[in-house]
Amino acid sequence: MLRDIFITPFVDMVEAPDFLMQVLWEGLVSGVLYALIALGFVLIFRSSRILNFAQGIMVVFAALTLVGLHAMGLPAWIAVAATLAVMFVLAVTIERVVLRPLVGQPDIILFMATIGITLFLIGLGETIFGGENKVMITGELGIPTGDTVLEPFGGLLILQHLDITVVLVAVALVGALLAFLNYTRMGRAIRALGDDHQAALSVGISLQTIWVLVWFIAGIIALVTGIAWGARAGVSFALEVIAYKALPVLMLGGLESITGAIVGGLMIGVLEKIFEIYWGQPLLGGNTEAWFAFVLALIVLLFRPQGLFGERIIERV
Amino acid sequence: MLDAARTDEALLEVNNVEVIYNHVILVLKGVSLNVRKGGITALLGGNGAGKTTTLKAISNLLHSERGEVTKGSIVYKGERVQDLDPSALVKRGVIQVMEGRHCFQHLTVEENLMTGAYTRRDGRGAVDADLEMVYTYFPRLKERRRSQAGYTSGGEQQMTAVGRALMSRPEMILLDEPSMGLAPQLVEQIFEIVKSINENEGVSFLLAEQNTNVALRYAHQGYILENGRIVMEGTASELRENADVKEFYLGVSDEGRKSFRDVRSYRRRKRWLA
Ligand SMILES: Nc1ncnc2c1ncn2[C@@H]1O[C@H](COP(=O)(O)OP(=O)(O)OP(=O)(O)O)[C@@H](O)[C@H]1O
Ligand SMILES: [Mg+2]
Repeated sequence: MLRDIFITPFVDMVEAPDFLMQVLWEGLVSGVLYALIALGFVLIFRSSRILNFAQGIMVVFAALTLVGLHAMGLPAWIAVAATLAVMFVLAVTIERVVLRPLVGQPDIILFMATIGITLFLIGLGETIFGGENKVMITGELGIPTGDTVLEPFGGLLILQHLDITVVLVAVALVGALLAFLNYTRMGRAIRALGDDHQAALSVGISLQTIWVLVWFIAGIIALVTGIAWGARAGVSFALEVIAYKALPVLMLGGLESITGAIVGGLMIGVLEKIFEIYWGQPLLGGNTEAWFAFVLALIVLLFRPQGLFGERIIERV
Repeated sequence: MLDAARTDEALLEVNNVEVIYNHVILVLKGVSLNVRKGGITALLGGNGAGKTTTLKAISNLLHSERGEVTKGSIVYKGERVQDLDPSALVKRGVIQVMEGRHCFQHLTVEENLMTGAYTRRDGRGAVDADLEMVYTYFPRLKERRRSQAGYTSGGEQQMTAVGRALMSRPEMILLDEPSMGLAPQLVEQIFEIVKSINENEGVSFLLAEQNTNVALRYAHQGYILENGRIVMEGTASELRENADVKEFYLGVSDEGRKSFRDVRSYRRRKRWLA
């Protein structure tokens, strides 16, 4: 038994490095998506102290809108643009109707308001586009579906072109977001607001503008993850799950840390895959991916309550 | 520009303003004051007198603290400004430097300064030129430009906060307790810079201070606030020479140093002042 836990998995890894690479690659693909979603959470949390429960349904809603608009006859890329417009309108509406009137209420009220948004979006999505499962318009968007086979160490490594596209797009999006946050006036304002609300107000940063902006960014992220995940699993309300996979990422990375979201997302993506393949399936009957990330996050929190990368709180005044 | 820019014209008029927190706590009980264009006006008073509340009433930062102006008016350049939000005021040239500096801790010093230019629309070149201007007033900040503000010293943070305000191209800075927690030498240095900003850039200051001594040396006009009311006003030199100010705020009287704890006489004087 101990041997199965402590020795066999590692022997397997060393004996079949090509397979290990396959596992790592697949972990990485999920990981970038987790990182992206976690970033959406972090940006909203930093600028409004809201844990956005609606992030999951936003993924579903964005994917449904895209597929729905295309079904109504819009060409694929026009449908993407139109979906982005819808996500923007959604951001403005949420700021106007939900956030603005609730300013100054306790955080838990705001959290519950995002549950309200979730229920509303479920209803809206079903009414407009119907509740049945749909197929993501992968081909129409020009996303390649073939695969490339490599032969590292004389073995076999299969890279789905879809996965490669997802990784490239997600990495580009994360890069663009980081550049935006670090080098633009608006990006600086988002970070400033996360540091000190009062001071941000005092220099004339408007909460409303920033809120619309971060919710719109969350909407863009939702659309990209919706396309990526929908292309593998189909478009249904089950897509929501990907957002909940981001929760342990937040526990691990810290709710406020941008770096934490990225590193945490990649780590969880890779580790849960490795665990599933080398420990979960042989020893626990598989399907460990559903809970592994939470357990890992809990264990980390036992030792580091601020998370692995929780932004260091600067104490001096 | 120098003193020529200083006039009797009121840039800001605060008339009989009353402020209530949380709908019940009455903090300002009818405060009136004028800030002259091109001048440094000191707002003096002890702990809890209402200095910060007055400044926040002007800059409209009260809302986020559940405070409200319930009476009176605040007029800036002839316009009633009490219903504007803080960003509209910053655009009109009024910006507050908050008590306790409030730098953005995880942003670098330079990024902090750049956030001050958030509301500006006059282009990159003008902003960059002002950044250089700030660095000439605060050479120390140029050395520290790449450090996270949270790891800089109290004095550097105060400089960052003032520099950040300056980046908005203000006409008037509401400066709340710049001396707080700083060594006397540093306080003097900060006030010297405030003075030269006032003289060279023509920026008017409303300066809230507990440190009456320093404030009255640099200010032109002064108001003394006690318990939510203005109890005395005048030019800085008048206030410096006033026996009561000497006794209660400067800590000296004709008989030499006197204890602040001389409660009985304090009460008597206070009645007289009110
Ligand atoms: N957010 C608030 N809610 C309720 N009361 C407040 C609030 N802020 C300030 N006060 C009260 O208003 C009074 C004036 O406070 P204020 O901060 O304006 O004084 P101050 O003159 O700036 O004092 P200090 O020199 O200590 O900064 C104090 O009694 C304070 O307790
Ligand atoms: Mg104060």
